Amino acid sequence: MANLQETISAKFPEATFGEGEILPVNIPDAKLHDLVKWLRDEQKFDFLVTIVGMDWVSSMGCVYYLNSTTTGQYISIRTETTDRDNPMLHSIADLYHIAGIYEREVYDFYGIIFVNNPDMRRLFLNIDWVGYPLRKDYDATPEINPVSVENERQTDHTDVWEERPDGTIKHSRPRIFAEDDFVVNIGPQHPSTHGVLRFRTALDGETIKKIDVYMGYIHRGVEKLCEDLTYPQTLHFMDRLDYFSAHNYHHGLCLAIEKAAGIEVPRRAQVIRVMMDELSRIASHCLFIGTFCMDLGATTMLFYALRVREQILDIMDKTCGARMTFNYACIGGVMQDLAPDFVQDVQALLDTIDRNYKEYNKLFTGNVIAQNRLCNVGVLSHDDAISYGITGPSGRASGWACDVRKTHPYAVYNELDFEQVIRTEGDSMARFRNRVDELLQSKHILEQLLTMLPEGDYCAKVPKVLKLPQGHWFQVVEGCRGVFGVYIESNGTTKPFRLKLATPSLPAAAVVDHITSGQKIADLITIGGSMDYIVPDMDR
Amino acid sequence: MSNYTIDNFSSLSTWFDTMLNSYMPSWLATTLECLLVGVGLLLVYSVLALFYILYERKICAYFQCRLGPNRVGPWGLLQSVADMFKILIKELISLNHIDKFLFALAPYLVIVASMLCFAVLPWGNGLQFIDFNIGVFFLIACSSIGVLGILLAGWSSNNKFTLIGALRSGAQMISYELSVGLSILTMVVFAGTLDVGKIVEAQADHWFIFSAHIPALIAFVIYLIAGTAETNRGPFDLPEAESELTAGYHTEYSGIHFGFFYLAEYLNLFVVSGVATLMFLGGWMPFRVAGWDGFNEIMGYIPSVVWFLGKTFVISFIIIWFKWTYPRLRIDQLLSLEWKYLLPINLVNLVLMVFIVVEGLYFGK
Amino acid sequence: MKQVTAQGLPYDAWKDNEYIENLVEKLRESGTNVLVGTFDKLINWGRSNSLWPLTFATSCCGIEFVSLGAARFDMARFGWEVARSSPRQADFMMVAGTIVHRMVPVFRRLYDQLAEPKYVIACGSCAISGGPFRKSYHVAKGIDDIVPVDVYCPGCPPRPEAMIYAIMQLSRKVKVERFFGGVNRKESRKEFLAAHPICENAEANID
Repeated sequence: MANLQETISAKFPEATFGEGEILPVNIPDAKLHDLVKWLRDEQKFDFLVTIVGMDWVSSMGCVYYLNSTTTGQYISIRTETTDRDNPMLHSIADLYHIAGIYEREVYDFYGIIFVNNPDMRRLFLNIDWVGYPLRKDYDATPEINPVSVENERQTDHTDVWEERPDGTIKHSRPRIFAEDDFVVNIGPQHPSTHGVLRFRTALDGETIKKIDVYMGYIHRGVEKLCEDLTYPQTLHFMDRLDYFSAHNYHHGLCLAIEKAAGIEVPRRAQVIRVMMDELSRIASHCLFIGTFCMDLGATTMLFYALRVREQILDIMDKTCGARMTFNYACIGGVMQDLAPDFVQDVQALLDTIDRNYKEYNKLFTGNVIAQNRLCNVGVLSHDDAISYGITGPSGRASGWACDVRKTHPYAVYNELDFEQVIRTEGDSMARFRNRVDELLQSKHILEQLLTMLPEGDYCAKVPKVLKLPQGHWFQVVEGCRGVFGVYIESNGTTKPFRLKLATPSLPAAAVVDHITSGQKIADLITIGGSMDYIVPDMDR
Repeated sequence: MSNYTIDNFSSLSTWFDTMLNSYMPSWLATTLECLLVGVGLLLVYSVLALFYILYERKICAYFQCRLGPNRVGPWGLLQSVADMFKILIKELISLNHIDKFLFALAPYLVIVASMLCFAVLPWGNGLQFIDFNIGVFFLIACSSIGVLGILLAGWSSNNKFTLIGALRSGAQMISYELSVGLSILTMVVFAGTLDVGKIVEAQADHWFIFSAHIPALIAFVIYLIAGTAETNRGPFDLPEAESELTAGYHTEYSGIHFGFFYLAEYLNLFVVSGVATLMFLGGWMPFRVAGWDGFNEIMGYIPSVVWFLGKTFVISFIIIWFKWTYPRLRIDQLLSLEWKYLLPINLVNLVLMVFIVVEGLYFGK
Repeated sequence: MKQVTAQGLPYDAWKDNEYIENLVEKLRESGTNVLVGTFDKLINWGRSNSLWPLTFATSCCGIEFVSLGAARFDMARFGWEVARSSPRQADFMMVAGTIVHRMVPVFRRLYDQLAEPKYVIACGSCAISGGPFRKSYHVAKGIDDIVPVDVYCPGCPPRPEAMIYAIMQLSRKVKVERFFGGVNRKESRKEFLAAHPICENAEANID
């Protein structure tokens, strides 16, 4: 790390450095683009994990988290501007595909305009929204932004702020679609958008020309809500983002808080958490298999896949007391010990996995129609997957070994024997088969965990009133859909100053335009289905 | 023709006709008969449609390890009756910016087309609403009217989803009509007649699928595939592909207008299965083997209506089985399946059939 | 077992699922027209047994709604499995999930598109009151401000059993209505369009 610091300061004397597990680099806005470009090209930091918008009251800015897919190293870059009325930063949208969307999110929440971003619209809120909600001085009076049953104002134009060679900024409003495009609106209420996502799709006959993704139909402002809650209270929102990876997200936030507070988690709790993660993964992938096949018209698969899920929900029900929103992992461990017949139930479940795996493949994977619908459809190349930040089974289907459980093991994952399922085709079929194959890997992990389940405490002693020291922490875990990142910034109180959740579904939806162009409209359904995004997870 | 089965409706209808004619002038008798036949047709049509809706719901439930409707009436038998009452009094939403006349006309076209096809089917020994010498031709002609209704429905709704659904449906049904027509033509070549009654008669000793062996089998398979596509059922249900086009061409229809589409869809399933039964499996003819008189007599004790419905339900079951098992095709794959595979095979098969008929290489007759 | 109490509701009412039906019987004792009454009974029997949901789900509760359709809970037993994607053909809307500001106009329009008679079930605490997100800047605080709600089904998310109970309560409620008493839409087309000037607005809204 020291090495990297020296190279950077040699190349960019303006950069200053902070202290932290992940090297924080402070850089003035003018040099940001050069630094990131240099890091990407020379130092192989090719994966933009997230952009965290920040309001430090005295100034506003962003924290960029970059990751190198070759060395696995993380780096964080901070940049800020003191102009609160008209904050502007330079865009890095030309360096990473996904940066465009992340910058739109920051613009939506903080009003920071990114110069040279080709599409600077709001992302989640409608265009007439007054104020920028995550600013510390946001006026949340309901009368300013009332609930309205009138249709929101639509626009066919986007905003662009461009920097001219002489340094002045030019504002223009180009069209999103061409004048004579046949635009079909798919969603937000549509049976196969998996929630309330909206695609405006320009069609040429049955062929897709361009897709414009609209989010925010389930944007619930979780990040802002968390700022008013104490750390233990923030946990329960993790159940309601990606409700299939509830345990994994809980795990991620708990790890971040425990890292910050220096809490040692008992080994039994760690094993229990990993078990729950893997059970969720099986349940989540089963539901994916079911709904994906149902989108393609093979309805019966849904019922066969949900059979396994119901069995897992029963196990969860016994231990956590709920079928969906478990709120099981807590700071320092888990809420309560496992139910007495947990081991036996999991064993019974694992015995059925092989049989179901065979059945799913027999019924669907080998089917000629399924092969025709999925093979070579929606191909995402390895480099695009990284540039768009597509992680999880979808990223691994493009040949990117991005499993956090392997690259940055947490809890007891480094003691476990399992494989990353990697395919190189990058098409919908690869994404589907990756998930089916991960059922077996999770089963293998669970078998090992059942034998190593230690006795002991299930929760560490945690102070009643938990205060985190001043500082910031970043933690990634592997959710069921990909890398889930948590960024916490604390100013030393019981409540987070900023809690940013970097979810895997947002890139998965952002990439849809890229991989569907030129495909048929029916392929939009299979491609969208195979990306397996969860809308509340992307909207938060 | 009368002695194949225990029941014989031709004597009943003859008796009824003479009785009416003895009481009233013949024009009145004919009008009355037409009316009665019409009412009968409607009744049988709607009862069968209700039965079919329940039939599919129950079957798909069992495929999916579920129970299916079982609360309304004994074993859920009255479920579709309840649905009918509901849908009859559901509001018919009138829309702005649509072509009102065509919008209202479309469901009637669809249902009338399926009803006309329905009328040609031979239900039993002497039990047929219309029996005339170009029955099969009439049937194919009428089934083509349905697509017109669907196109109109999609066009007049002034909605992008319905328009795409309707155009898909137009492309699909017109293409698959060829395969349906050609595979039926293959069998007509073998039968040597377009008369539905005579076709059934000709299968007295051997059903066509046995007597015309290989070409009949090929034609049967092609007919089943094309027939499924013709009725817009999965895996060919693109015009109303739920996950793509919400409800396809009938997205904007509510109440009984939607009910008509819904009924017609199920009745088309019946018609397609019925035609398959007629052309390949001997219509209402019992399973008979030439020379085995005792066996034939026992088979004859089962009424012809039961034979017909039984065979039809079995074929419907197979089509429903397709639907709930296979994923849906894409429109280009659907069309290339028809034009690149089914149609050429069909043409070759037709030549093969002609060859077999000319050379006399078939059983029976 | 602990006795559940609610203000103004005797404990026995929790166990008594038929109280709505009994109420109707009592009301009808005062006398209904024989013919109209019988027809009403028939129609109500049909309508209450044939409730087709609109496939509408925004978040977590929607997944439980999927479970409700699956083999274990099998809502098909009651004839509710004909989920229609087009609001024109559905009978009731199971509002499963949070409704946020941006979704409100869409949700309201979906409700307006449902054909009469139409019903709404507010499913889950988000739909009832905003639930855990009540304090958020972008969440509607209960859908009853936006559309009339027939049945509330609490839970976060409600278990499928609770959803079955909610739909059964709705079906009991449907039996109370009188078709010949004018359940279907009474306002004329003109009045309706005057109250919902959506089409004109939508076009004017695009700049």
